Amino acid sequence: MGRVVVEVMPKPEILDPQGKAVVGALPRLGFTQFTGVRQGKRFELEVDGEVTPEILEQARKAAEEVLSNPIIEDIVAVTDASADAGTAPVAQRAGLA
Amino acid sequence: MGTLNSARIGVVTFPGTLDDRDAARAIRLAGGEPVALWHADADLRDVEAVVLPGGFSYGDYLRAGAISRFAPAMSSVIDAARGGMPVLGICNGFQVLTEAHLLPGSMIKNDHLHFVCREQTLVVANANTAWTNEFATGQRITIPLKNQDGQYVADEATLDRLEGEGRVAFRYDGWNPNGSRRDIAGITNERGNVVGLMPHPEHAVEPGFGPAGADGPRAGTDGLPFFRSVLASLVGA
Repeated sequence: MGRVVVEVMPKPEILDPQGKAVVGALPRLGFTQFTGVRQGKRFELEVDGEVTPEILEQARKAAEEVLSNPIIEDIVAVTDASADAGTAPVAQRAGLA
Repeated sequence: MGTLNSARIGVVTFPGTLDDRDAARAIRLAGGEPVALWHADADLRDVEAVVLPGGFSYGDYLRAGAISRFAPAMSSVIDAARGGMPVLGICNGFQVLTEAHLLPGSMIKNDHLHFVCREQTLVVANANTAWTNEFATGQRITIPLKNQDGQYVADEATLDRLEGEGRVAFRYDGWNPNGSRRDIAGITNERGNVVGLMPHPEHAVEPGFGPAGADGPRAGTDGLPFFRSVLASLVGA
């Protein structure tokens, strides 16, 4: 099974109210090092079989036409993440869990 | 060609739409004939104008209005709007219109992050559209406002163009309830047939059930001229 990951972020010039709320909450929990937070979106698109260049191209098209709104958001990355598509959660694979 | 008593005005219902019944009632009280339209059906049933009502279509998933924009009914509405059919988008309907690129800009979460529900005063900035011709430019009206993602944003060039072309239809008066750029509450397309706004005219059409008005609490009917305007524009068309 193949997987394409699409990452979308609010444009830098657009105020991100959610990120602002998060950065306001962090110091209350003792996380005083972080001076800014911006909150974006990550989509995982699954396909049967391999991620071909054509599939990646379709994912880019979907990212432009549906998954993001170019007026308020930027597509940060569209990547073939098939190698990470194992059964373990990402945190576990990264040794964090 | 429509007359005041026969004009058929469609109201599209999406999954998660809340205010379709109120919009239909507003059309009837103004003298038109409301026609229920279903998101999955591309047939607009010979309507002469369309209202995209408020609510939380598809739970605001992805972005408010983003999934509704691809409904079969919307393909027909987009074609009809480009051909000059009057289309009014209220709240979530306004968000659908921006996602469909019938109106510029977009809506993001309110700057204060709270859902807001209040009686909101607006200034009519353009009384020459299909949906505002029964108002006078500069007139102050009060209608309900209720939203979470109501902050209107667009780049500076777009905002300058909207102002330069007189396409700001409504501005918030007194208090900007969501951080919208330049106090913009509603806009129109170049032709004046497509109008979108965040506040809800369909909730201010009947004495006893609206916001405060000159005649006392809940007496306000400032939303009614929106629907009378489109009937007048259809007769004049």
